[in-house]
Amino acid sequence: MNSLTATTLGNKKQGPPPPWGRWSIRSVAISYLAVMLIIPLLVILYDGTREGLGELWRQITLPVAWHALKLTLWTSTVMVIINTIMGTLTAFVLVRYEFLGKTILNAIIDLPLAIPTLVTGVMLVILFGPQEAIGSWLKEQFDFSIIFAPLGIIIALLFLTFPSVVRSVQPVLLELDLAQEHAAATLGAGSWTIFWKIILPPLTLPVITGALLSFARAIGEFGSIVIVAGNIPLVTQTAAVYVFGEVESENRLGASAVSIVMIAIAFSLMMLANHLRKRSRNSSDKEVA
Amino acid sequence: MKRSLIVSPLEWFAKNKGKWASWGLIGIVIVYVSVLILAPLAALTFSAFEKGIGAVFSSFGQPNVMLSFWNTLWISLIVVGIHSIFGTVVAWVFVRHRFPGRDLINGLIDMPFAVSPVVAGYMLLLLFGRNGFLASFVETTGIRVAFAFPGMILATLFVTFPFMVRELIPVMEAFDTRQEKAAATLGANGWQTFWRVTFPALRWGLIYGVTLTFARALGEFGAVLVIGGAAQGKMMTTTLFIYHALEERQYIAAYSTALALGVFSLLLVLGSDWLRRRGNR
Repeated sequence: MNSLTATTLGNKKQGPPPPWGRWSIRSVAISYLAVMLIIPLLVILYDGTREGLGELWRQITLPVAWHALKLTLWTSTVMVIINTIMGTLTAFVLVRYEFLGKTILNAIIDLPLAIPTLVTGVMLVILFGPQEAIGSWLKEQFDFSIIFAPLGIIIALLFLTFPSVVRSVQPVLLELDLAQEHAAATLGAGSWTIFWKIILPPLTLPVITGALLSFARAIGEFGSIVIVAGNIPLVTQTAAVYVFGEVESENRLGASAVSIVMIAIAFSLMMLANHLRKRSRNSSDKEVA
Repeated sequence: MKRSLIVSPLEWFAKNKGKWASWGLIGIVIVYVSVLILAPLAALTFSAFEKGIGAVFSSFGQPNVMLSFWNTLWISLIVVGIHSIFGTVVAWVFVRHRFPGRDLINGLIDMPFAVSPVVAGYMLLLLFGRNGFLASFVETTGIRVAFAFPGMILATLFVTFPFMVRELIPVMEAFDTRQEKAAATLGANGWQTFWRVTFPALRWGLIYGVTLTFARALGEFGAVLVIGGAAQGKMMTTTLFIYHALEERQYIAAYSTALALGVFSLLLVLGSDWLRRRGNR
């Protein structure tokens, strides 16, 4: 201890003064992160596991909870597949073609980012609800409903995550070198061959990254889903809505258990996306070098 | 001028094949975007005005609605203010400092994106609720957090955490630190350098970060619903009002408030886009 102070003092005499400013600003940043993010996270982990892992597993596999988790995962999967195809196509059309109204289309794509998700839910209920024109027509003709059904969940998720997929693919398409496609065409490649061999490969990583991030986002969605799908256990109750219900009925263990599963899935998807993004950046750096 | 008047359909199609394919793709995208985004927006607008403009204004005239607008506005402003300060500090430390655990911070910043708003509100309830981990703190200080404004502010802070930091980090990384060194060489002290050189360069990142945080805070629902409990009367925010109005089947009030909230956050985002485009010119 004494020798430590002696060396610090000794250093102080010769070298620059210790960077108190740097250290204090760093500790402000780290304590802010700790208070805002780490402590809440630790609390929920502790609360869910306080009766042991066996009890955690039992809470997750309760029929209602298990159904809610499965519903969340499959609707999110369907959304991601549709979104990836339509989002990539939209980005492609925006980058490659000139047409009347392109600027407006480009602006419309960002609208879901600015609209609160609860409002999104309200909009979809008005459009497709059973009492409204389209909803009642579908119900009568095909006995088919969108609101209070899984399809409503999928549409709400599509609406929310559409811009992020388009915007993650668009810059990559802009950077593509047209000369490569022209060369391929000159060498006799058809448009499908050009698409599969030239356009698609550099798009793969950004598309997968965008898909993973929208999946992570979809798992936690609440505001629009609670309006669109309602809260019917074993039918349209998603994981987030289940947690809400268990909190209301003061079932702490159940709420914490399903919350932990949701966080674990979403967080690992996000980490995977970050890892892929870093990898694609590294590989493009190498190509430049 | 030799031009064959009669072209076989097959030949004509072969000539225009590429064009048709591209028109097909453009058509698909326009229809998809219209159905997915424009149709719901139009439906909300028409339904709000179904009983005329008078009904919309009379629903805004309800004291509950005005109070909820007001609450949402000041909660969002506090959240934006706190994140403007601490978000800048976090982004600064992340970009400029090298220390062990820095990669961990990178993952942590995005964590709220992976946490459902409901879970975010629930986390705070576990801390500050009746049997919460900090229940004794709540009792001794007498500061109510759960089912009160402080909890709603904390919940909104959690949910909006990444926006400011994520907007600022790339701007800070792109900033050329030689400008600061030049200022220091010319005799500016640390604060002068920050306010005169660094801060103006970060301006657009800050403006966009503020916009995104603000828009997200205005529309926050799940987290506020859980931590606010059955927030009625005085603590009503706009999203909570819409939710309750729907449950009580006051459709015109719910629709027109939802429309107002949507339009306001849209104008906010569009306005800052416009500012940025003007600033870049």
